[in-house]
Amino acid sequence: MDCSLIRTLINRYCAGEENWVDNRTIYVGHREPPSGTEAYIPQRYPDNRIVSSKYTFWNFVPKNLFEQFRRIANFYFLIIFLVQVSLLFEPMRTCAMTPSMKVVFVVTITSARSGYEDWLRHKADNAMNQCPVHFIQHGKLVRKQSRKLRVGDIVMVKEDETFPCDLIFLSSSRADGTCFVTTASLDGESSHKTYYAVQDTKSFHNEEDIDALHATIECEQPQPDLYKFVGRINVYHDRNDPTARPLGSENLLLRGATLKNTERIFGVAIYTGMETKMALNYQSKSQKRSAVEKSMNVFLIVYLCILISKALINTILKYLWQSNPFRDEPWYNQKTEPERKRNLILRAFTDFLAFMVLFNYIIPVSMYVTVEMQKFLGSYFLTWDEEMFDEDTGEGPLVNTSDLNEELGQVEYIFTDKTGTLTENNMKFRECCIEGHVYIPHAICNGQILTDCSGIDMIDSSPGGSGKEREELFFRALCLCHTVQVKEDDSIDGLKKSQLSGGSCVYISSSPDEVALVEGIQGLGYTYLRLKDNYMEILNPKTDIERFELLEILSFDSVRRRMSVIVRSVTGDIFLFCKGADSSIFPRVTEGKIDQIRSRVERNAVEGLRTLCVAYKKFTCKEYESVCRLLENAKLSLQDREKKLAEAYEQIERDLILLGATAVEDQLQEKAADTIEALQKAGIKVWVLTGDKMETAAATCYACKLFRRNTQLLELTTKKIEEQSLHDVLFDLSKTVLKHSGSLTRDSFSGLSTDMQDYGLIIDGAALSLIMKPREDGSSGNYRERFLEICRNCTAVLCCRMAPLQKAQIVKLIKLSKEHPITLAIGDGANDVSMILEAHVGIGITGKEGRQAARNSDYAIPKFKHLKKMLLVHGHFYYVRISELVQYFFYKNVCFIFPQFLYQFFCGFSQQPLYDTAYLTLYNISFTSLPILLYSLMEQHVSTDMLRREPSLYRDIAKNALLRWRVFIYWTFLGVFDAVVFFFGAYFLFDNTVVTSNGQMFGNWTFGTLVFTVLVFTVTLKLALDTHYWTWINHFVIWGSLLFYIIFSLLWGGIVWPFLNYQRMYYVFMQMLSSGPAWLGIILLITVSLLPDVLKKVLCRQLCPTATERTQVKLSFTRLSDNSTPISISSPIYQCLFNQSRICKFKNQCA
Amino acid sequence: MAVNYNAKEEADGHPSGGVGAAGGGAAGGVGKSRKPDNTAFKQQRLPAWQPILTAGTVLPAFFIIGLIFIPIGIGIFVTSNNIREYEIDYTGTDSSSPCNKCLNVSWNSTPPCTCTINFTLDRPFETNVFMYYGLSNFYQNHRRYVKSRDDSQLNGDNSSLINPSKECEPYRTSDNKPIAPCGAIANSMFNDTLELFRIDNDTRISIPLNKKGIAWWTDKNVKFRNPSGHTNNLTAIFQALDTTKPVNWPQPVYMLDTLEPDNNGFINEDFIVWMRTAALPTFRKLYRLIEKRDSLQPTLQAGTYSLDITYNYPVHSFDGRKRMILSTISWMGGKNPFLGIAYITVGSICFFLGVVLLVIHHKYGNRNTSADIPN
Repeated sequence: MDCSLIRTLINRYCAGEENWVDNRTIYVGHREPPSGTEAYIPQRYPDNRIVSSKYTFWNFVPKNLFEQFRRIANFYFLIIFLVQVSLLFEPMRTCAMTPSMKVVFVVTITSARSGYEDWLRHKADNAMNQCPVHFIQHGKLVRKQSRKLRVGDIVMVKEDETFPCDLIFLSSSRADGTCFVTTASLDGESSHKTYYAVQDTKSFHNEEDIDALHATIECEQPQPDLYKFVGRINVYHDRNDPTARPLGSENLLLRGATLKNTERIFGVAIYTGMETKMALNYQSKSQKRSAVEKSMNVFLIVYLCILISKALINTILKYLWQSNPFRDEPWYNQKTEPERKRNLILRAFTDFLAFMVLFNYIIPVSMYVTVEMQKFLGSYFLTWDEEMFDEDTGEGPLVNTSDLNEELGQVEYIFTDKTGTLTENNMKFRECCIEGHVYIPHAICNGQILTDCSGIDMIDSSPGGSGKEREELFFRALCLCHTVQVKEDDSIDGLKKSQLSGGSCVYISSSPDEVALVEGIQGLGYTYLRLKDNYMEILNPKTDIERFELLEILSFDSVRRRMSVIVRSVTGDIFLFCKGADSSIFPRVTEGKIDQIRSRVERNAVEGLRTLCVAYKKFTCKEYESVCRLLENAKLSLQDREKKLAEAYEQIERDLILLGATAVEDQLQEKAADTIEALQKAGIKVWVLTGDKMETAAATCYACKLFRRNTQLLELTTKKIEEQSLHDVLFDLSKTVLKHSGSLTRDSFSGLSTDMQDYGLIIDGAALSLIMKPREDGSSGNYRERFLEICRNCTAVLCCRMAPLQKAQIVKLIKLSKEHPITLAIGDGANDVSMILEAHVGIGITGKEGRQAARNSDYAIPKFKHLKKMLLVHGHFYYVRISELVQYFFYKNVCFIFPQFLYQFFCGFSQQPLYDTAYLTLYNISFTSLPILLYSLMEQHVSTDMLRREPSLYRDIAKNALLRWRVFIYWTFLGVFDAVVFFFGAYFLFDNTVVTSNGQMFGNWTFGTLVFTVLVFTVTLKLALDTHYWTWINHFVIWGSLLFYIIFSLLWGGIVWPFLNYQRMYYVFMQMLSSGPAWLGIILLITVSLLPDVLKKVLCRQLCPTATERTQVKLSFTRLSDNSTPISISSPIYQCLFNQSRICKFKNQCA
Repeated sequence: MAVNYNAKEEADGHPSGGVGAAGGGAAGGVGKSRKPDNTAFKQQRLPAWQPILTAGTVLPAFFIIGLIFIPIGIGIFVTSNNIREYEIDYTGTDSSSPCNKCLNVSWNSTPPCTCTINFTLDRPFETNVFMYYGLSNFYQNHRRYVKSRDDSQLNGDNSSLINPSKECEPYRTSDNKPIAPCGAIANSMFNDTLELFRIDNDTRISIPLNKKGIAWWTDKNVKFRNPSGHTNNLTAIFQALDTTKPVNWPQPVYMLDTLEPDNNGFINEDFIVWMRTAALPTFRKLYRLIEKRDSLQPTLQAGTYSLDITYNYPVHSFDGRKRMILSTISWMGGKNPFLGIAYITVGSICFFLGVVLLVIHHKYGNRNTSADIPN
C-alpha cells in the first residue's frame, strides 16, 4: 500500500545500514564545508523522480497475472480450466471448452485494461518528471529536467510556478525577503501565506551571489507532517566560524505549492522525489473492492464448498455403490482394458475431478462476465445523467472505476472537504450592522428578501446626527483595521479583482475574510487605496483621499481572536480600531448598542455567516504614550516576549466602544445544505474534514445545516487539551454524550426526530494526533475507542486543521472501526487525495483547485449537490441491481446444476449429464443471460423521483441488506427447492410410464430436455416476477429469450447436424411438445416452483413491509387513482408506519 | 503512488488531458464536454409498466389457478383411472415361477430357454393395447453406456461402418473387424421374444402383435438408415464393408428381420426402440401393438391368457427384473396417477392460499390502505 515509504526504506537500507541517521546534512550548492568542521556522514538521496505507475515493462505479465489470480474466482476458474484441459486429452471426455475459453478471455481483457491504465500513469509520470526546472550551476542559470534535481541543488522558481521539490527558502526578489505562496493543492487553503527567507541569505538576489553562498543545512529526515519542520543552517563567512540559524516551517517551501506575487525566489532542495512532504502525504491507489464483491467472494467460497462436497459425496457414493461388481461392470456395460487397469486411487481422483467439471456451472464464469458488463455499461447511466451535468463548467460526472458503482448505495460515512467542496471558496461581504442598522452593499441588495424587517435600513435612508458620525467611523475602521496588501496589477490573475474607477488593484491577505471586508466596504463607498510611507490612504465616497498614519498593529492571533490598529488621523486624533470575533469583543465593550448588535450577530452566525465585531477607542496623547511604552517594553523583553505582548494587548484593548458588526459569507455551493440534510436523513453521517481554521469551518457547518441551532457543540481542541489532560477531556465528553445515548440508540433510526439533543463534535488536527499517537504503555486503543464512541453518538463531526494524511487517518480509523462502515470521501483539492484514496469510495469535485482529486478519485462530479442524486438514486439503483444480479446468478445455477446432482443418484453416479451439451453451454450464455443483464441495467424498483424525495429509503439497503446471509440462504434454498421440483416432477412424470398418446417411449434426453425447459421458463419467470420496471426492452428481452430458447430447441432438434458425431437431440424437443402430459407437467412444475417465491413476496409485503415496499404500493395507488398530488412521505402516518416496520424487522425475511 | 501533480495543469485550470490520465475508467471519456442527450433511455425515464405483487393482485391469480388446476387434475385423474394396465414379472426369481428355470440363462444358450406364464384379465381392454417389456435395475443411463454408440454409423455412413467411433470401446471391434452396430447399447439389445395367446376353452388363440409403429417416426425414417451400396441386398452391403455382428448377438444386424426388408438392419424398430436410452434405471419399452380389429369387441377380452417367453436376456446377474406390461393409452399416455393428483393438490393449495391471503388482506389490508392514501 504505502509503496513510497517502502521504497524509501529500501533505498535507505540499500544504501547501507550505517548510513541511516536521524538527520540529514545538505551542502548548499554541493559546496563542501571548509575543512576542520566536523565530518558529516554522506548520505544518498533519491532523485526528484515521481513514480506512480504500478508495473514496469518487465514485471507486467507475472505481476498482473499474480494479482488477477489472487482473486478467488479467477483462481478457481484457472483450476477448472486446467482440469478440463487435462481431462480433454483423454479421448473419453467431451466436456465443453467454453468455460475455459471464457476464463482466458476475461483474464486477457483485464490485463489489457490494467496495462493501458498503467501506460497512462507512466505517461503522466514522465510528463511531470521531465518538466523543466531552473538550476544555478556555477553562477549560471541552467534549465534541466525536473527529475534530475538533486538534494543540495539551488533552484530558482518564478511567479506562478510550483515548487519542484521541498526547498529551503534562501532569498526572494522582494526586498524584505518574503514570498507569498498558496498551498491550495496541499492543504486546501487558497489564501496566500507568507514565507520568510533565511536571514543571512536574503540579500543574495542574483545567480552569482547565490552561487557564492557557502552553507550547510542540517535537518530532520522527511516526515509527512506539512506544518512541522526543524532544521539549522550554518552559513560560512570568509572562513570564520559559521553562523547558525534555526530553520522552521516558515522557511520551507513545499513541493506542490505555488509561488504568488513574488517575481522569483531562490531555494535549496532538501527533500526530493518520493521524499517530499507532498509525496509522503499521498498513498498508492490500491485496488478497491466493493462490499458486494466481498460478499460475492464469500458466497463463492460457500458454493465452492458445496461444489466440492457434492463432488466428494458423489465420488464416495459411487465407490460404495460400485463395490458390488455387477453394478460396477454389468455384462451389458463393460469397461475398456485401460480403464480396468487403472489404479483405484487415480480412478477415484479422476472421478472426483469429473464430478467437479460436471457441477462446475454452479460457480458461473458468466456471472463475473455479466457483473463486469453490468458495471461497465451501468456506469454510463451516471455519465449520461443530465441532472448531474453542470452547465457552468460544461462537465458531467466522470467514472474512473466502475468497480464501485454499487458501493455508492452503501455509504454510511461521508467525509467531505470544506473549501471548494461545501463552499465555493469565494468570500463575499454580506452585510454590516451599525448601531443596529443593517447595511447591505448594492451589489446583492437587489432581490434580497429580508423577512425580518425590524431595524433594517438600507444605506440610502441615512440615520441622522451622531448615527452618521458613527457610520463613517465604522467604515473607516473597516478600511484601516486590517493587514491587507494592495497589488497594482493589470495582468489577469486568478485572484479576486476589484474594479476601481482608476484601475484595477488586487487585495492580498492571509485571511480571505479581510479581503472580502475591504472589498465589501468598497461597495459601500470607502476604498482602501494603499499603505504608503506608513500612511494608509482611503478614498471616501466624496472621492477625497483621507490619510491616516499607521502607528501600531496589534496583530491577530487565534487566542485573542481579534486584531487592532492604532492610527492617527489628519486632525491628530488617535484611534484604536479593533476587529474580532464577537466572543472576544463583547466583554471588552463598554458603550454602544450592544444588545441589538449581539442579536444581529447571533442571527447571522446561525445562518452560517462569518461575523466580526468592530469597536473603537479614542486615545488622548497621554494615553497613547503610555500605550507606546507598554508595547515597547513588551517587544523588547527577551524572556516570555509572547506572554508579555499578550498582556500588553490585553491592557490596551479594553473599554472599547462598539461600532457594529460585519457578516461575510463563504458562499456555500448550491444546495449544499439541502444535500447534507438529505444525506443525513438517508442515515449517512457527514463529517467535515478541513485544513481550515476552526471558526471558519464551524461557520460553514452552521451554514450548510450540519450543525443546527440546537446542536450542542463538543470541542476537542488543542486549547481544551492544554487546559485539561486529553484523558479528562475525552472522559467528560463521552460522559456528556452517553448520558443521552440510551434514548439516542432507540430513536435514532428515524433520524427525523428534532426534539432530541444533537451533538456536534469539533476536533482539530493536533488533538487528533494526540489521540492517534500510541502511548508509552501501548494502550492507545483506549483513547481511540473512546473517541470513536463519542463520534458515533454525534450527529455531525467537524475536524479542522487537518493535514492531508490526517484526513486519511480519520477515514482509516472509521473504516477499521468494529462495524466496518462503508466510507466515502469527497474533496476537490490535492489535499483531499489521500482521503479519497483511503475511503471505500473516493469522489473528486472537478473544481477550481486543479484536478488531482478528480483524477485520483473513483468518481468525479462537478458539484457537491450532485452527490445527493449519485448516492440516493444511482447508488441505490446500482446496489439493488447488482445484488439481485449476484443472488439471481447463484440461484439460477443452483436450479441448473442441482438436478444434475440428483440425477447422479439414478444413473449409478456415472457423471452422466442430464442436459445436452448445447444446453449446458448455452444456458448461461444465451438462454438466461440477457434478461438478468438487462434487469441489472434497467431495474427501478422505486421511481427516481421517489428515491430523491424520500432519502430514508436509502436505509432499507444499508449494511449490505440485500446480500445478507439470510437473503443468500433464502435464494439458495429457493434454488434447491426449484431444482428438486424440476427433477422429481419430471421423475414422477416419467417413472415407468408412458406419456405419449401413441404409446411410444421417451429416453433420457427427453427427460433432461423437459427438466431444462421447466428450468429456463421458471428461472426467467422468476426474474419477471422480480422486475418492477417493465420497459419495452424488458418485455423484448424476457419474452425474447424464452422464444429464443424454443426456436433454438426446435432448430437444434430439427436437423441431423452433419458436424456432430451424435444425434441425441434429434426430434427430442418436438416429440416432447407433442405429448400432452409433458405440457401439463411443464405448466405444473413452473407453477409449483414459482409459488413459494410469490407467496413469500406477498406475505412479506402484507405483514411487514419495508419502507421501499410501502412506497411502491403507495405509488401504484397514486397511479391507479390518478392522483397527481404528490404524497408527503414524511407525514406522521408514514413515520409511524416506518417505526412499525422496524419492529417487525426481525421476522422480516424480505429483502 | 499517485502523485500525479502537474504544475502546468494547475496553471491552466482545466486541462483537457485530465480525464484520460485518471486511469481510463469505464466511461471516462463520455460526456466530458458535451451535455448528455436528453433521451428517455439515457435518463432512465423510459415509459414502463410497474407491477407490484400485492395480496390484492395475487389473490385473483391464486383463485384462478385453483379453479383451473382442480378440474384439470380431476380430468387427468379420471382418465388415468380408466386406463387398463396389466403387468407380469417374468424374471423368475421366485422358485414357483415357470421362468425360474431360465433365470441363469446366458447369451447364445442353445436351444433357447422358453417358459409360459398364464394370467387372467378381469376386465376387458377396450381400445388399442400396447405391449411393453420393462426392465428394472438396468442402467441404460450410465454415462459409459449412453455414449457407447455411433450415430453416424447408424445413419448409414459407410466410413463409420468401416471405422466406428472411439466411443464404442470396448464394443468397437471384434476379431479386428468393425462391429456394426458398435457400442454397448447395441450389443446389449433386448432379445427376449414374447408371444401372447388367449386361452379360450383350452385352445390357445394367438393374438396378432404388430411390430411396426413402435419407434419414433423420425428415428425410423431419418435418424436410422441402412448403408447404401450397389445393391439393395443388405447382407451384401454389410458383408462388403467387412463388418461383424455385435458380440452378444446371435445373428448380424442384417438378419434382424429377414422377412420384411424395411424393418431390417438399422431400421429394425425393435433395435431403434432399444437404442433410445431410458432416463431411469427402471424403464419400459414398447414391444408390440395389439390393434383393435373389431369395433364391437374389446381388443383383449376378459379371460385367461398365456405369455410365451423365449428367455434369452439375462438380468439376474445384476439383480434386474423383467416385466411384460399390457396397457391401453389415452390422450395423455399410460396410467399415471401422479399428474392428476399433483394437479389437484396444487390447485387446492392455491385455492387455500387464496383464502388465507384473503383473510390476511382483510385483516391487515385495512391498516395498510388507510395509511397508503393519507390524503
